[in-house]
Amino acid sequence: MSEHIVTSFDDELRELAQSIAQMGGLAEQLLEDAVTALLRADTELAERTILADRQINFLEADIEERAILIIARRQPMAQDLRAIIAAFRISNDLERVADLGKNIARRVLAIEDQPFSQKLSVGVEHLAKLGLRQLKNVLDAYGSHDVEKAHKVWEEDDEIDAVYTSLFRELLTYMMEDARNITMCTHLLFCAKNIERIGDHATNIAEAVHYMVTGTRMEELTDHGEAD
Amino acid sequence: MSNPDMAEPITPPAGHVAEEAADDSVAPVATVGETDPAPAADSHPVKIRSRNVDVFYGDKQALFDLGIDIRARMVTALIGPSGCGKSTYIRCLNRMNDTIEIARVSGLIELDGQDIYSPDIDVVELRARVGIVFQKPNPFPKSIFENVAYGPRIHGLAAGKTDLEEIVVTSLTRAGLFEEVKDRLEDPGTGLSGGQQQRLCIARAIAVSPEVILMDEPCSALDPIATARVEELIDDLRKNYTIVIVTHSMQQAARVSQRTAMFHLGYLVEEGQTDAIFTNPTDKRTRDYITGRYG
Repeated sequence: MSEHIVTSFDDELRELAQSIAQMGGLAEQLLEDAVTALLRADTELAERTILADRQINFLEADIEERAILIIARRQPMAQDLRAIIAAFRISNDLERVADLGKNIARRVLAIEDQPFSQKLSVGVEHLAKLGLRQLKNVLDAYGSHDVEKAHKVWEEDDEIDAVYTSLFRELLTYMMEDARNITMCTHLLFCAKNIERIGDHATNIAEAVHYMVTGTRMEELTDHGEAD
Repeated sequence: MSNPDMAEPITPPAGHVAEEAADDSVAPVATVGETDPAPAADSHPVKIRSRNVDVFYGDKQALFDLGIDIRARMVTALIGPSGCGKSTYIRCLNRMNDTIEIARVSGLIELDGQDIYSPDIDVVELRARVGIVFQKPNPFPKSIFENVAYGPRIHGLAAGKTDLEEIVVTSLTRAGLFEEVKDRLEDPGTGLSGGQQQRLCIARAIAVSPEVILMDEPCSALDPIATARVEELIDDLRKNYTIVIVTHSMQQAARVSQRTAMFHLGYLVEEGQTDAIFTNPTDKRTRDYITGRYG
């Protein structure tokens, strides 16, 4: 893409995109750590993960402030305007992703004393892998302006939803089998729900990428079929 | 005007040239952002239809094969870099280019289906129907009242003194100026502030009951407050008039117009709904221009 006549405008947009990428990397790391802490019952890692959320909150505020300044200073149009709107939306979603990850880490501290069977958490681990993959792919799609990739993330959310539903049934079965599993399984259910929500944020980001690149809303695409 | 909008380089840009529509009821340039171009047609019929318009200044061509429909009771903004032909085009619409010795216009320009370059057109009457407001406010060196009364008087639009007074008051009111000047209508128009002078010129333009108002960068000499007043006025005027505005301010075009046409090197590049042009233009030249990438 050709550069702006005012080169500092290019710098500002580039830095904004870099901050989103950085924030995305941190959110991915946070989620990964939270899940690892959960699976290993690692309370130390959980505590560090909870603290890591602060930096993401800080980045979100920083991105928002810079985006507002760009609007005020440059009155962006067309793809520049869309890039800034996308930055707003994506940073917002990433902040929520980090919050959900932090909640998982908090649960690690809450379930510290619970008897733990690996069997119970296998499903959560699988779901977390899917969630992380979605997050990674959508951030790649953002970085490379890859609409196809964003669409794929959007479509694959169904898979997360399906795994979540089956995990729900599985955990319910464990609870019915043995009442002593109830506390642990309830915590795990909340963790699973958090990951399922993270998947929804990944699809939001996919929609933002679609809008940023094409200038149209993604609903239009799904309404009219992909052939258009 | 002594400064016609000259197009400098005369290389046709690749790949976009307005196609000659065999059935020229179809607008010859790709429009953006319209899923269905039909609905506007009833409430906003085509007021000015231009086809295959070429303009030359001497042997220099300033406009190439221009085809565009200007819709009634809407604001159409013409944008594009200096020398792109947008001012040249609006000066064709009331035959202002006739006053430039070396200017030559060919092609078809119709106002309500009537060819305005036809020999039986009375140019004075045409200019009453198609008024113009310039970049620099240019009130006559006369009183505020006389500035507005002049047009209706020479066109014989007023039956008598009371009638004329009524036209002046109505025009000043429509131009949003009456309240500010009602106690000093006999003061010279040139004593008003820049923004007031521009609104006086707009009042003068609407006093002769035009159908179309052309505005050639009407706010570029005004401060932001005066600009906001004129923009508010434009929004109000479009209920009754067809407005074509040339502006260098993308934000202004986005604010005041419903349709936007992008010109480049004498060609019409893109024309469509303003909302779509500024969030999602289809042509790269439009994109580059409105985002400040035009080099």
